[in-house]
Amino acid sequence: MTQLALVIDLNVCVGCHACVTSCKEWNTSGAAGPMFDDNPYGKNPTGTFFNRVQSFEIGQYPSTETVHFPKSCLHCEEPPCVPVCPTGASYKRKEDGIVLVDYDKCIGCKYCSWACPYGARELDEDQKVMKKCTLCVDRIYDRKLPEAERKPACVRACPTNARLFGDIHDPDSEVSHAIREQGGYALMPEWGTSPANHYLPRRKTTIRIHEDELERADNPLRIDSEIPQPADLGPALDDVASW
Amino acid sequence: MHPAFSVIFLTTLIGAGQGLFLAAFTAESYAAFGLLPAVAPSFLTLSSGIALILMAGGLTASFFHLGRPERAWRAATQWRTSWLSREVIALPAFMGALFLYGALHFYKINPVLGHLPSGAPIELSAVIGSAATLLAFVLFVCTAMIYAGLRFLREWHTPLTVINYILLGGASGFTLAAALAAFALPDFAPFFAGWAVILTLAGLVSRTASLIRNARLKPKSTPQTAIGIKHPRIVQKTQGAMGGSFNTREFFHGQSRAVLRSVKWGFLFTAFLIPTILLSAGLSMEAGGVLSLAFVIQYLGLLAERWFFFAQANHPQNLYYQAVS
Repeated sequence: MTQLALVIDLNVCVGCHACVTSCKEWNTSGAAGPMFDDNPYGKNPTGTFFNRVQSFEIGQYPSTETVHFPKSCLHCEEPPCVPVCPTGASYKRKEDGIVLVDYDKCIGCKYCSWACPYGARELDEDQKVMKKCTLCVDRIYDRKLPEAERKPACVRACPTNARLFGDIHDPDSEVSHAIREQGGYALMPEWGTSPANHYLPRRKTTIRIHEDELERADNPLRIDSEIPQPADLGPALDDVASW
Repeated sequence: MHPAFSVIFLTTLIGAGQGLFLAAFTAESYAAFGLLPAVAPSFLTLSSGIALILMAGGLTASFFHLGRPERAWRAATQWRTSWLSREVIALPAFMGALFLYGALHFYKINPVLGHLPSGAPIELSAVIGSAATLLAFVLFVCTAMIYAGLRFLREWHTPLTVINYILLGGASGFTLAAALAAFALPDFAPFFAGWAVILTLAGLVSRTASLIRNARLKPKSTPQTAIGIKHPRIVQKTQGAMGGSFNTREFFHGQSRAVLRSVKWGFLFTAFLIPTILLSAGLSMEAGGVLSLAFVIQYLGLLAERWFFFAQANHPQNLYYQAVS
């Protein structure tokens, strides 16, 4: 069983919003029609986004850290939004585990958004249907694109490579490696939704150095306490020759 | 959650409609067993008709909740998993049974189908009425489970939600039946008013129980589990949008704590205490005006109760939307 997912590395995300804009650019240009955008250049711009970057301050000044937190649909393995849908518009694909909305069946009752603890679903105010991240399903299988480009738009756009994409059920995939070896975790594990998307934590590269590693305990120079000097043999050639 | 008036009207109107039918059929059942004199078919027709109007009103209100009402028929397909889908089926089914029940009494068609071992006759209206009663309860459970089934919204995720929907719908329906009876069938007004008082007080007990429960709830999700960082102090600095989003519009009621508190005390008085006093007064006086006033006040109180029901529910997604910038 395949379960496609994103792995987002909070250690390298710089909060540049390139994933947000590239996501909107790709998905607003797709076959599903433009995504709602109200007052985009005005005072209170609002609209539908599949992906947002939020920022959190961790700790108390002066020991604080700012964490940028990209947030999109997590494509849960136990998606609570799917069984509540009264029309069957919301579904999870068996072949790759992507949670999708059939925009032609959705009645815009918003019940699935109530059933998602992550707030990943947004109602499109123009089309009046529920929208959410599709993992760029119209891109990752597009054979007209070169193979290297068959990735979600956000993954392609990320300048720091903070976003990895792949099959988390394949133990040898890049994402499985990252989750396993870099402490990948899921959001709100208390609800048992088993999100497919994982996050990699902030990591500090530190090494512990002991005193005796800086200075050899058996340093012969230290034992003898004095650096051996050559015997005084009188003036050297440099002292007498003027060249 | 942001209380949507479409859903507030839907749940309160159909609750009163179901309650009104249950009141009429209770009286008819009492009469069938000789505990009350026979109920005039005109009264049963009248109350079924008004119940049907209330149900239709609720159904109409529900369409205003949909973004794409023209596709509403699709909502009946996922009854295996979705309580909302089950409600979409149960609501018209109950309305159909209610229509049949009213039509039987309007045309005074009520053949005896058989006899109980005790010798009491089984009338067609009793069979249809029992089916409608079953459907009324199915509808109560479906409506309430839409909310009680969402485990993330812990204020709703309790059997008390189902009990409240049944008791509050029943109370408003019996109060309305008492008011109707005061004009159309005065002998029965005390019967309905008595039951209305019992249901209103039972509703007060269960609603208070859910208020106490919700006041003690500790959130399961925290900023720590929301972003997966174990630090006691996490403060949001931006939410990724300046002008709000669906997430800020749908999941926040936008009112102060003071408003919430006054609505809470307001509905405790208007949905429960004042109607109880008026119904008790109506019991002795059998005054149609007092009983009608009791229903109007109780219904307004239930609107406030439903508003508070939605506003009080705190969605875990709100953890991601604590600060704009």
